[in-house]
Amino acid sequence: MSETVTLARALNLGLRRAMEEDDRVVLMGEDIGKLGGVFRITDALQKDFGEHRVIDSPLAESGILGTAVGLTMRGYRPVVEIQFDGFVYPAFDQIVSQVAKMHARSQGDLLMPMVIRIPYGGGIGAVEHHSESPEAYFAHTAGLRVVSPSNPVDGYWMIQQAIRCDDPVVFFEPKRRYWEKAELDVAATPEPLFAGRVARPGRDVTLVCYGPMVRTCLDAAAAVAGEGVEIEVLDLRTLSPLDIDLVCASVERTGRLVVAHEATTFLGMGAEIAAMVTERCFYSLEAPVLRVGGFHTPYPPSRLEEHYLPDLDRVLDAVDRALGY
Amino acid sequence: MDTGTPGELVQLLTPEGERVHHPDYDVDLSDAQYRELYRDLTLVRRIDLEATALQRQGELGLWASLLGQEAAQVGSGRALQADDYAFPTYREHGVAHTRGVDPLKLLALFRGVSNGGWDPQEKNFALYTIVIGNQCLHAVGYAMGIQMDQARAHADHSGAVIAYFGDGASSQGDVNEAFIFAASFNAPVVFFCQNNQWAISEPLEKQTRIPLYRRAAGFGFEGVRVDGNDVLATLAVTSKHLADARAGGGPSMIEAFTYRMGAHTTSDDPTRYRLASDLEAWRLKDPIERVRSFLWRQQLADQSFFDEVDAEAETLAVRLREGCRSMPDPKPDRIFSGVYAEPHQQVEEERAAFADYLASFDAATASTVGAEVRS
Repeated sequence: MSETVTLARALNLGLRRAMEEDDRVVLMGEDIGKLGGVFRITDALQKDFGEHRVIDSPLAESGILGTAVGLTMRGYRPVVEIQFDGFVYPAFDQIVSQVAKMHARSQGDLLMPMVIRIPYGGGIGAVEHHSESPEAYFAHTAGLRVVSPSNPVDGYWMIQQAIRCDDPVVFFEPKRRYWEKAELDVAATPEPLFAGRVARPGRDVTLVCYGPMVRTCLDAAAAVAGEGVEIEVLDLRTLSPLDIDLVCASVERTGRLVVAHEATTFLGMGAEIAAMVTERCFYSLEAPVLRVGGFHTPYPPSRLEEHYLPDLDRVLDAVDRALGY
Repeated sequence: MDTGTPGELVQLLTPEGERVHHPDYDVDLSDAQYRELYRDLTLVRRIDLEATALQRQGELGLWASLLGQEAAQVGSGRALQADDYAFPTYREHGVAHTRGVDPLKLLALFRGVSNGGWDPQEKNFALYTIVIGNQCLHAVGYAMGIQMDQARAHADHSGAVIAYFGDGASSQGDVNEAFIFAASFNAPVVFFCQNNQWAISEPLEKQTRIPLYRRAAGFGFEGVRVDGNDVLATLAVTSKHLADARAGGGPSMIEAFTYRMGAHTTSDDPTRYRLASDLEAWRLKDPIERVRSFLWRQQLADQSFFDEVDAEAETLAVRLREGCRSMPDPKPDRIFSGVYAEPHQQVEEERAAFADYLASFDAATASTVGAEVRS
């Protein structure tokens, strides 16, 4: 049952399986039909499921999200693709004012079971607006759920679980990891969607990350393992809800916490995690919570992105500082 | 600015109550149906007047009056069939009436008891949408869903959709994207624009330099301008365009040319930006008076009918006043209910912490009382 797949392929397989299991699942987005999406995540799905289930939309993001709201009201479960992170903002109004609030506004009468897929993050040498990490905007909005798989196995299962969820889920796909491979067993039992995972156990310092940074952090942990430093890497997987119990349980063991993400550090996920950990396990901390992330600047031109993106060395620099206390 | 010509306006009942005819649109109503339209208009106006009064008395936080737009709303609302679906702005109290939504539920929203107030799926009447134009895309999506049902061989699923919006909203990206999507998918949706000529303080010419209905042509579907103060014309035009949509004819746009007789909302002061003489001119085109004249002239109703409707309006007014004043505030825990369909750890933690915090006051009160008893 096991095969080697890329994250892109795993997402494609997950979408296919979700569409086979529930004919109310429909896909909509720009270029997702014949082209299969600019990253080919929806490859061949229109051919197999038809144009009324895999819909090439007009080039208008608010239109995609707004019509998806109407589709849910008619009983469908739309999975919409935003082509790139930096193009979601025209739809921001529909997402925060309508998608996120409709269930509460109707006091439960209306469900908004939709998935908003967004390839995100940098590292692909792209032009402006193609490398951003806007996840905190959405995690900050009540009514939305926000998740991000870091690997093909999670990609396969999490997309199906997100589609089955009765709440709207913003699904951030780490685009620079689309081509990374793993063994996928489609007969396995998946982990729950809204829970984090210990990606690598360790006893000296907790390193929290998600999405594209998980690979970077695992590499960092492997690099110092020979030096006697054991980093515990946590893959959050879900940003809203946030599996803070997993983080606190680890910090209670290690006493040190570093949070790494590509997004701007200022008011990012790391800030919330630092505050929560301080509130919940202050006396377990041997060092201040440190953050590694993007600067409070626009994403730079791609010739500079290696300096902007937190890499293995910047992660380890923070780990060293945490251990220095 | 090109304001259009009188010939572009579909009218079946003149301001004087004279029945006129149009080559493309007509209604064929029984005497009772004519009377029923008058009753609708009168009740809707009374709901609106009572709500404005309740706001002035401090019972509502705000009210968005529909004064002057009763015919546009009752005519279009009565054109809807049971399986059609309406997507309103926040001023569609007349459409709500035609869909059978209890006006007390509208008051609950403006009183601050709810952000919604009714089950949209029960009456096929979506919740009021306050962000200007958002609902037009929801309407198109719903209409695309009807088409998907049909593609899934559920041919018994029919129905059309009506999207309400105003002249101000016609400038919004969402409304224009809704036109694009509807055209691209040939969705069964009627865009019903109540052009009341004012977007709060901004006159129509800030939004457009041509009559709004003509924009439809640029999107590739039919547009028509109707006398929005003529309930027969709005009923006739909307009925025809909904029927076309149900039959696979795709989208169309109706511009109901009317006038906002009141303020934008109870927080607004129109004397700062428009002339009283304009208001007087439109008062002569009142949507209810012309039906009353028509019923008298044609001897379709007598004094006892008008007395009966007035009495019904009075009874309704009493019910609204009493129902509004006795409406309980929701419990604090309501803040947390319905945010998510499935439990969310952070919300559940905050809900529990806030409940403990509130309970701490009860405990403090209890211990104080206990101390007094002991002393």
